[in-house]
Amino acid sequence: MISASGLSFAYGRSEVVRDVSLSARSGRVLGLIGPNGSGKTTLLRLLYGSLRPASGTVSVDGTPLEQLNARQTAQHLAVVVQENGGETTMTVAEMVLLGRGPHLGTFARTSTADEEIAWTSLQRVGALHLAPRSFAGLSGGEKQRVLIARALAQQATHLLLDEPTNHLDIRYQHEILALVRDLGTSVVVVLHDLNLAARYCDDLVLLEHGRLVGQGPAEEVIRGDLIERVYGIGVERIEHNGQVHLLFNPQIGERSSEEFSTSTP
Amino acid sequence: MAGRLVDEGRTLQPRVSDLGLSGQRRRATAWVTGLGVLLLLSVVLGVGVGAVAISPGAVAQIIGHHLFGAPGTITWSLPQDAIVWQVRLPRVLLGACVGAGLAVCGMALQAMVRNMLADPYLLGINSGASSGAAAAILFGFGAGFGENALSLTAFLGALAASFLVFLIARSAGRVTSVRLLLAGVAVGYALYALTSFLIFASDSAEGARSVMFWLLGSLGLARWGTSLAVVGTVVMLTVGLLIIWGRRLDALAIGDETAHTLGISPDRFRTRLLVLVSLCIGVLVAASGSIGFVGLVIPHIARRLVGATHARAVPVAALLGAIFLIWADAISRTLLQPQELPIGIITSLVGAPFLLVLIRRLHATSA
Repeated sequence: MISASGLSFAYGRSEVVRDVSLSARSGRVLGLIGPNGSGKTTLLRLLYGSLRPASGTVSVDGTPLEQLNARQTAQHLAVVVQENGGETTMTVAEMVLLGRGPHLGTFARTSTADEEIAWTSLQRVGALHLAPRSFAGLSGGEKQRVLIARALAQQATHLLLDEPTNHLDIRYQHEILALVRDLGTSVVVVLHDLNLAARYCDDLVLLEHGRLVGQGPAEEVIRGDLIERVYGIGVERIEHNGQVHLLFNPQIGERSSEEFSTSTP
Repeated sequence: MAGRLVDEGRTLQPRVSDLGLSGQRRRATAWVTGLGVLLLLSVVLGVGVGAVAISPGAVAQIIGHHLFGAPGTITWSLPQDAIVWQVRLPRVLLGACVGAGLAVCGMALQAMVRNMLADPYLLGINSGASSGAAAAILFGFGAGFGENALSLTAFLGALAASFLVFLIARSAGRVTSVRLLLAGVAVGYALYALTSFLIFASDSAEGARSVMFWLLGSLGLARWGTSLAVVGTVVMLTVGLLIIWGRRLDALAIGDETAHTLGISPDRFRTRLLVLVSLCIGVLVAASGSIGFVGLVIPHIARRLVGATHARAVPVAALLGAIFLIWADAISRTLLQPQELPIGIITSLVGAPFLLVLIRRLHATSA
């Protein structure tokens, strides 16, 4: 379990995360949602220790993050960030093997056991056939799979992802999130798309201006009135085949909220 | 708590041959072996080349005689012995060390700032060394250091410049790539202006000429002694550490966040890397002036040969850089005999077309 209490963080004078407490329970998928600039990515970075909070604490499986060094943290938390490798000429297999780094000593080289773990990780994300290829030559969806495989190769207890569906076609968006959910591991994922969040997350945390304004099971957080207020856009919530879908209507959002009744069914 | 992400008890048996890693490893081993042999050959052939040509066989015998006392019977003349052992061998060895050092430092900096156009002089270190050298040549600065005055003042200038760049680039305990690049460029230009001013302010035309020669790079200062020993030691240390740090360089080359999530503190690692590279470049520039293009072009060729994994690419870059500079120096000594061309002219002449090919390839792959 990852738990955070009273987290605050500011870039210079602008406070980006204010007094956020949450817990990501083991075996569940927790989504972080909110409008642009609401502090989702910053909150995620606080959770995996890339940023140090101004106040508050994060603990992973009961150990406060500040008691873990970078290597130990990487043994607990595997993260898929938005950096996509740039101009690297590494192969896919080499990229995935980097995930073994946190388990290797300074002088140690990757062993056959490490390669077997890399193999298994690639196999789990259905990207084994890509192994000898150049990472830079892959499509966006393939790259994302490989980065998830690298995270799996870390053999951490938690998987964190920062907008893994960014720049992906709709089909790949669903493919990647279905894959992540079916891993059956503890996941914290920053998502932009509310419909994807409703479909693939067990729990949601909704942020607005760095503050937590909604938290709980996904179907409870995806409420028309709440989404409408936070995102400033008209929302109609419909349920179809047991799935929650949101339809958006910009015109309604331009009116003040008193002019219409909540659109939840 | 939750189970590990990878369930090792799966029924499928991993076949690591699917990963295609062994072919790459074989290729890297083959390149390192081949280039190692080529380097030894280049040393022997490079020593033979010059105003007085000496056959490779005689060179090998002279070197063997000095190193191992074999062969015992001397079949060569004393002047030949002096040319090989006193003049050319230290020069060729210095060339090999400088080439190797520039190549691996260029590779480390390209990974650190994630820019393919980064080269060892990016941080303004060579400009600092030039200012120091100009002060020594033109105004007798540091004359108290004796015969190593030029190298020492150049090294002090290099250290001062890198320290200044580091101070400017550092903010709130962090050194970012962009800030580092900008600080390096700014300090470089300022020190270049200082060097130009020193040349302008000096009355000595002869001095100005030797500063220019030094600015363009030269292995002419090479002789047996502490200076060569220091260069050799520092270069070997740098190559060794960069190989050991290979995995960290791989991660840092992708990005700071990636490095962090893989258990590497990017800020701390970058600082260590900077200290190592500054020290190495400072020593190299003090010994040979600024020799352009080696540190820019060789890393690209090395990556093309054995891939981007630094543990494999660094040794290949070191060997390639060493061989390249030995031959560039051989050409600079023989092209306009008896005049000696500054080696920087040769490396740039050969390096620029390489870079152009690289740019065209880059365009082709990204389009």
